[in-house]
Amino acid sequence: MSVPDEARVAPAGDAALVVQFTQRIDPGINARAMALARALQNRWGAILRDVVVAYCSVTVYFDPIRVDGRWLESELEAMTAETRDAPAAAGAVVDVPVCYEGELAPDLERVAAFGRCSPEEVVALHTGRTYRVYMMGFAPGFAYLAEVDARIAAPRLPTPRLTVPAGAVGIAGPQTGIYPLETPGGWNIIGRTALKPYDPQRGTPFLLRPGDSVQFVSIPYDAFEGQA
Amino acid sequence: MAELHVVRGGLLTTVQDLGRWGGQGRGMPVAGPMDVYSHRLANRLVGNDESAAALEITLTGPELQASGDLVCAVSGAEFELLAGERRVTCGRVFMLRHNERLRFGRRVAGARAALAVRGGIGVAPVFGSRATSLAVGIGPFGGRAIRAEDRLPIGSGGGGEPRAGSAASLPLPDGGARLRAIPGPQEEMFTTAARELFFTARFTVTPQSNRMGYRLEGPALAHAGSADMLSDATPLGSVQVPKSGQPILLMADRQTTGGYPKIATIISADVPLAGQLAPGDWIRFVPCSRQEAMDALHNLERRLGAGGT
Repeated sequence: MSVPDEARVAPAGDAALVVQFTQRIDPGINARAMALARALQNRWGAILRDVVVAYCSVTVYFDPIRVDGRWLESELEAMTAETRDAPAAAGAVVDVPVCYEGELAPDLERVAAFGRCSPEEVVALHTGRTYRVYMMGFAPGFAYLAEVDARIAAPRLPTPRLTVPAGAVGIAGPQTGIYPLETPGGWNIIGRTALKPYDPQRGTPFLLRPGDSVQFVSIPYDAFEGQA
Repeated sequence: MAELHVVRGGLLTTVQDLGRWGGQGRGMPVAGPMDVYSHRLANRLVGNDESAAALEITLTGPELQASGDLVCAVSGAEFELLAGERRVTCGRVFMLRHNERLRFGRRVAGARAALAVRGGIGVAPVFGSRATSLAVGIGPFGGRAIRAEDRLPIGSGGGGEPRAGSAASLPLPDGGARLRAIPGPQEEMFTTAARELFFTARFTVTPQSNRMGYRLEGPALAHAGSADMLSDATPLGSVQVPKSGQPILLMADRQTTGGYPKIATIISADVPLAGQLAPGDWIRFVPCSRQEAMDALHNLERRLGAGGT
């Protein structure tokens, strides 16, 4: 595991602090951020409002009336140093069946054109590796998955769509993800899953958590219809 | 059980408590009031816990009918108010009798009012909170604004006594506001000129503004390099700047993460004031140290504590 040597703590206003690691998509850096977040939750969860892991940062929210920001900053610096060699905790591997066909995949041709390959090759490349859940955000249950093969890492649409349906599977540069709700969105939509990343009626409302892995599996349209 | 019946919903009236904290790591927005000070004050006035659910009323208020006698207070934006046929005053406790209607009339100042009812709005919590996130449709009434024919149950909580006398209301903006801000967390991603411009220029709140954030119009703020960064968490009051150079002030119903650099973050003491701005209002950002931010916040807390007698 590559151990990043740079980390700094920056204020984000007076009610949040951000630990910023080396800014790149790297499983080792991300694992270190997750280890720090876990340690923070264990030690100080009761007095913190929220802890949010991103690709290469951890943001800690606190009530500045109850918690001294200067103290928390020094505590974050100390704990960041302690987690230097934290091993990556193994997350779950989640299979996600996706139909990459027809109207469920409006941008498949666009991604194929970007990669100078066939739509079938896009599907093969997208399903050809497992992706790490680096972070969650944007909407409840939305997982930022990376990294997709450089050949299909097509940039965002020039103009975002006003509505992207729940279950849409998209690519934006090196990232891929599943829309949990119908929202506006600018990612290239290459397929659809019947799995719900966020379902408030389910015992565990969130399908994924940071540190999990996702394996996309191609299924035909009638199989998708059977699950939907 | 006591209730408030919605006769007219008003422009945008939502149930809010202090927010859905703890789920941002799974993408769950916090939501909560745009002006948290006035929310807390209205609750204190009627003897509620500060965290009780209340209504947030935007620009044009609702008409609500009481079922049961209700102890109420309105704080924040100043409206002309009628309880039945009586004129009542913002910032003071009043009684709304059984079958009487509370009518919000002309708005005098500010953009958003909090209406607290003794006992709190007793809707069922969703993920531990009664806050409405319009952005993702989570919270009471399926995460939407209230509308005619909705019925708002009133809880039986509220251990404290209602407070007589006028309260220490938030000073309301008059056409605009100076908002104190701490640079960062990504100020180094902007040119020196842009960082200076941010604290000297005048920005306008555009009509493309809502509970998620205010899109501002002003001189373009240039990035030193790329306008893209790896997404990270987006705190309340942070000012993100996309490639266009036109800043967006992130407010209560913001997304949990974003991929644009944040040039500065307004201080907690000034977020409620920002919540009282409407499209067309101006903003000037004023640089602030962390110590000044804490002094301002302690002053605001003292002001809240001094509310009522």
